[in-house]
Amino acid sequence: MDRAPAAPVRRRPRGFYGSSNGKKAVMAVTGAVLVLFLVAHMLGNLKVFLGADSFNHYAEWLRTVGSPALPNRTLLTLAEIGLTVAVVLHMWSAVSLARRAAKARPVKYAARVKPQAGGYATRTMRYGGVIILLFVIWHLLDLTFGVVNPKGGEAMPYDRVVAGFAPDRWWVTVFYVVALAMVGLHLRHGLWSALQTLGLAHRYKALKTASTVISVVLVAGFVVVPLAVMIGVVK
Amino acid sequence: MNLTLKIWRQNGSSDRGRMVTYEVQDVSPDMSFLEMLDVLNERLTLEGDDPVAFDHDCREGICGMCGMVINGVAHGEQRATTTCQLHMRHFEDGATVTIEPWRAAPFPVVKDLVVDRSSFDRIIQAGGFISVPAGSAPDAHAVPVPKDDADAAFDAATCIGCGACVAACPNGSASLFTAAKITHLGLLPQGQPERAARAKAMVEQMDAEGFGGCTNTGECTAVCPKGIPLDAIARMNADYLKTASK
Ligand code: HEM
Ligand code: FES
Repeated sequence: MDRAPAAPVRRRPRGFYGSSNGKKAVMAVTGAVLVLFLVAHMLGNLKVFLGADSFNHYAEWLRTVGSPALPNRTLLTLAEIGLTVAVVLHMWSAVSLARRAAKARPVKYAARVKPQAGGYATRTMRYGGVIILLFVIWHLLDLTFGVVNPKGGEAMPYDRVVAGFAPDRWWVTVFYVVALAMVGLHLRHGLWSALQTLGLAHRYKALKTASTVISVVLVAGFVVVPLAVMIGVVK
Repeated sequence: MNLTLKIWRQNGSSDRGRMVTYEVQDVSPDMSFLEMLDVLNERLTLEGDDPVAFDHDCREGICGMCGMVINGVAHGEQRATTTCQLHMRHFEDGATVTIEPWRAAPFPVVKDLVVDRSSFDRIIQAGGFISVPAGSAPDAHAVPVPKDDADAAFDAATCIGCGACVAACPNGSASLFTAAKITHLGLLPQGQPERAARAKAMVEQMDAEGFGGCTNTGECTAVCPKGIPLDAIARMNADYLKTASK
């Protein structure tokens, strides 16, 4: 029987971001930034139920907030830059950790691996994240830049929403709902996982319940808008 | 009872390895899983075949040697049980049982079901100890330890280093193993002086060995024969972040 070779030792990770724990901490913090954005975004969306003026006025306010002290769009642009940085760091870390994980198990099990901890949401994190990313790209092209919106980028925000989710574009709504379901699953695991990563996890039952409740409320708050447009409540 | 076994056979680290099917007859439900393999090996030896190599030592669930993945679950589906303590009554007569070694790059296969877990030793060497000054042993009651801390530290210290956490983790992470030692020592007064340095050194060694990162799936805790809780990992993360922020 020949001796096994010494375990393959990879290049010693350098610095905070070189370590898997550091990358996880970056994911947790950037994920939290994105969650805060989602909460604000959801609340803003719900203004659509207060009528076209209210919604358009809100959209206008996002551009002019802080003026005249600051030029228009200053705060909005800062927020956009912050969110872009957060998304890039989050994805970069996710890809890097996924590659490490793949390298750590070069030979797969022959038997079908039976998950012992349940955790369906846990197993959707990586591909679910990719679906979310594709959705975000479509969403920006549709409602922010208006490139794929029937009314185009010049129309008022409210009209873009109504046109974007028009009944004859039902597949847009379907994509939206599927992507949101992924967001819900992502956050159901992600919220408490982030706390665990940052070393704050105690009382798991309460934390997991809170993660589920927040995820459900967020998803519901987002989904009602296209559904309301579909069934003609918002027109 | 009669069973069909599909076992990973690999003749040394340079062999590619393959699954081989064996039939075993007249297995008693009271046998342990390892005794069942002993029956097979006895027959293989008599027939002039090479017996299946597997690690074992205490056969009473305390040494951590006997790891194998049974039907896709580390140590089999029976919770909080090492393979040596798993009994055949949990299997059905006529069942097919798949037996594989731990799968992780830092656990290279030595032969068949035997893997080299020296990477765990190197993680411990990196910081899983306390440096005690030489001299006479202090009185047992010289350093008071709160009861809750003593209990939690003891729970973490029950880790037998079997490697099931790595085998079960979809990321091939050694976080539960590493966190168990960090928790054990970090909860006790004797572990405080080196607490910060310990977390950093052990986490870095874990990465250097090629283990994956943790995504808090909880698979490790679920298969751990000692039920080491997941909050050990939160503790490790907290200690690591504290050092890193200095
Ligand atoms: C570009 C698309 C995305 C990808 C590829 C992605 C991927 C991932 C992965 C692989 C994890 C680690 C999972 C784990 O710990 O098990 C994760 C965690 C997380 N994600 Fe995402 N994600 C994406 C978008 C988002 C978005 C839009 C949000 C916020 C709304 C978000 C919030 C979080 C949070 C809070 C965590 C927990 C961090 C932690 O576990 O420490 N992610 N993400
Ligand atoms: S042989 Fe010692 S734990 Fe199983």
